[in-house]
Amino acid sequence: MTGTNSFSEMYGAGSDVRAPYKGLETWLETVSVDELAKRHGAAELAFRKLGITFAVYGDNEGDEKIIPFDVLPRIVAAEEFDALEAGIVQRIDALQMFLADIYGPREILKAGLIPEELVLSNPQFQPIMTQIKPPGGVYSHISGIDMVRTADEFYVLEDNLRTPSGVAYMLENREAMLRLFPMLFQEHSIRPVESYIDYLQDMIRAVAPEATRGDPTGVILTPGPLNSAYYEHSFLADRLGIELVEGSDLFVEDRCVYMRTTKGPERVDVVYRRIDDDYLDPLAFRPDSILGIAGMMDAYEAGNVTIINAPGTGVADDKAIYSYVPEIVKFYSGSDAALKNVETYRCREDDALKYTLDNLAELVVKRVDASGGYGMLIGPAATEAEIEEFALRIKDDPDGYIAQPTLALSTCPTVVNDSIVERHVDLRAFVVSGAEETKVVPGGLTRVALKEGSLVVNSSQGGGTKDSWVLAS
Amino acid sequence: MLSRNASSLFWLGRHVERLDFTARLMDAAFRFEALPSPDKNAGWKSAAQASGTGELFAAKNVPPNRAAVTDFLALDPDNPSSIRSCVTKARNDARVVRAALTREAFESLNEGYIELAGRIREVDRPLDMVSLVERVKQEVRNFEGAVWRTLARSENFWFIRLGNVIERADNTARLMDVKYHTLLPEGEGVGGALDQAQWTAILRSVSAVTAYRHIYRQNLKPWLIAELLILKDDLPRSLSHCMDVADEYLQDLSVAHGRVGPADRRAKRMKNQLRGLTVDDIYKNGMHQFLQQFITDNNQLNRDISEQFSF
Repeated sequence: MTGTNSFSEMYGAGSDVRAPYKGLETWLETVSVDELAKRHGAAELAFRKLGITFAVYGDNEGDEKIIPFDVLPRIVAAEEFDALEAGIVQRIDALQMFLADIYGPREILKAGLIPEELVLSNPQFQPIMTQIKPPGGVYSHISGIDMVRTADEFYVLEDNLRTPSGVAYMLENREAMLRLFPMLFQEHSIRPVESYIDYLQDMIRAVAPEATRGDPTGVILTPGPLNSAYYEHSFLADRLGIELVEGSDLFVEDRCVYMRTTKGPERVDVVYRRIDDDYLDPLAFRPDSILGIAGMMDAYEAGNVTIINAPGTGVADDKAIYSYVPEIVKFYSGSDAALKNVETYRCREDDALKYTLDNLAELVVKRVDASGGYGMLIGPAATEAEIEEFALRIKDDPDGYIAQPTLALSTCPTVVNDSIVERHVDLRAFVVSGAEETKVVPGGLTRVALKEGSLVVNSSQGGGTKDSWVLAS
Repeated sequence: MLSRNASSLFWLGRHVERLDFTARLMDAAFRFEALPSPDKNAGWKSAAQASGTGELFAAKNVPPNRAAVTDFLALDPDNPSSIRSCVTKARNDARVVRAALTREAFESLNEGYIELAGRIREVDRPLDMVSLVERVKQEVRNFEGAVWRTLARSENFWFIRLGNVIERADNTARLMDVKYHTLLPEGEGVGGALDQAQWTAILRSVSAVTAYRHIYRQNLKPWLIAELLILKDDLPRSLSHCMDVADEYLQDLSVAHGRVGPADRRAKRMKNQLRGLTVDDIYKNGMHQFLQQFITDNNQLNRDISEQFSF
C-alpha cells in the first residue's frame, strides 16, 4: 500500500524533495544510516533510563514499554502551519461555543442541525453541567487535534477534548533531538515547543476562581502510577512546579477543595485532572468509584475550584458528533470550516449503514465510544472472516459505529532495521484555551506506524513517534 | 509537601536501606559458610532470622541451606525484604515522587532497578548471587551519592534520610540480637575461635572492621563490638548515630513546619537514653531485652512519624 498512492512528506507525489525538507536532505547526505541507527539506540536507552515508559493494558510480558522514537523529524513549513493553526483555532473555538450552548440555551438543537438524542442521550453528556458555568467560560482548556494528510491536504481525524496525552513525548522528543543532532538545529530555524509549558501556566492562572486569579494553587490529578500516561502526569507536574495528587490526597470541606500536606490541609484552586468524568466525584457521578473526591462537583458548582477540562466536554469529541463538526463550525463562526473532516458515514442512518455494510473491505469502521485504536476495523487489512464478524457487530448496534474511507495517509522517511523507509504518519496538534485566547503549540506529536503499510499509529498498537518541526520561515 | 509524597520518600529511604541490608546479610552468610563450624547451615538459618523474615522462611518448609536461603533473600517476590521486593518497591516509590527527586537521583535508582531486575531474571549459579550482592551494594551507593550530592536540603531530603536511619537502626539491632541470641552453636564458648570469626564476619559485612581497629586498637571483644554498634555515635551504623540523625532531621522538619509533635519527642528521648548508657548497663540488664525494647521503640517512632506528618 505504501508508495504509489501515498503522499510523502519529504518527496511529495514525485521524487523531488519538498522545500521544508531540503536542509534535512543535505544533512542526510553527510551521515550514514549506521550512524543514525546508533544515535537512535542511544536515544531509546536514554528514554528507558529516564523512565519515559508507558504501560500497555492487557500486556503482562514486561509491564513497561518505551514508545519507539524515530530520529528523522517530520517537518511542517511555516505557511502550512499558519493555515493549520487558523483552522484549529476556528474549530476549537466553535466546539467551546457548542459546549456552552448545549449546556445552556441549546440554540443549535433548536435549529435542528444535530439530532437532539445524539447530544442529550450521549453517555458523555453531563446533565449537572447545565447548572454550572465554568470559570472564564472555558470548557476544553486543553485539546488535541489528530490530523492526517493525503495528497497535500490535511484532514481532521479526531478531536480530543478529554485531557489528551502526548505533550510529554512532544517535549522529550525535542530534547532528545537537541542532544543527538545539535548541528541540525543550527542549520534550520525551528520554532520551540517549550512554549507549551508557558501556555499551560498562563491558562491555569487565567481560569482560576475569581478570588485566586493570578496566583492560584494548582494540582494535577492522576489515577496513579499504574496509569499508562503516568510518566506524562508527573512530567507536567514537575515542569509546572505543582503537586501531582491522587484522589485520596484531596478532600472537600465547606465546598472548598483541600490537599493533605505535611503541614496540614492546603486549599486547592485549580485541578487539572487526568481522570475521566466518571471518577471525579462519587457523589455526582459514580458511587462505586474509589478514585473520586466526594464533594468535588459541589465545590465546582460553588465556584471555589476550576476543573480542567470541565466535566462533560466528551460530548463534543464523540466520534458520532465528529461528523457534524463542519456544521457546528459554520453555525457558531458563520464561516465554513477551514480544516476539513474526513468523509464519514454514520451507521445510525439507513443509507450510510447500507453503504458501509456493502463496502466494508474498503472502509475503516470505528466504534463511536472507543479510542486508542481499539475496537476498529481496517477493511483493506482485514480478513474475510474478520469483516463478516464485524458486520454482525455493526448490524447489532448501528448507532455505535461510523465508517470512513481508508485514507492514503502521508508517509515520512523513517529508520527501520538500519535503513530509511517510508512509513505512514499522523499529527496531533496541542491546543491550550484560556479565558481570552486559544493557542496552538508550534509543533505537535507525529505518530508513525512502524510496520510496513500499516495505517495504525497508536502507541498501544506498536506505533512510534517523531519530533515534529514547525519552521519559523 | 503532600503527605502521600512524604510517605513515599520515607519508604523509599527505608526500602533502599533494607535492600542494602539484605545484601549485606547474604554477604555475612557467605563468610560464615567459609568458617570451620559444625553446622554449615547455621549462618544461612540466622540470615533469614536477622532479616526479620525468619517465620516466613520457616513456613516454607524447606531446609535452611544456601540454595534455599539465597533464593529466599534475593529472589523471592513473597518475601517483603528480598532484594527483588525491595528494589521493586524502592523503584515504585521513586516513580510516585519522581518530581521530588533530582534527575540524577531518579536516574540512578531507575538504572539500578533495570540492572538488578535483569540480573535477578538470570541468576542461576552461586557465583551470580555473590556478584548480585556486590552489585546491590554498588547501586545503593550510587543512589545515595546522587541524593547526597544533588538533593536540596529540604523536606524531600529529610524524609528519605529519616527512612534510611530508622531502617538502619532496626537492622543493626536485629543483626546483633541474632548474633548474641542464636548464632553461636551450643558447645562453642563466647570469645572462642568461632565466636571471634563470626564477629569479624559481621563487622566486615557492615563495613566496620577498620573502625573497630582504629577506635579500640585491640582484638575483637564482644562487649566492645556491642559498644561500637550501639553507643558509638561516630559509626554510621550504630544505634546512637541513627538516633542522632533522626533527631536532627526531625528538628529541621519542625523548624520548617513551625511545630513539634510526638515523633520529635520520642526521637529525642531515644537519643538521650542511648547517650546515658554504658555497655556495662546493657549487659547487666540483658542484651536481648535491651535490643528487643529498642526495636519496639524504633517501630513506635516510625508510627509517630506517620502520625505527625499525616501519612
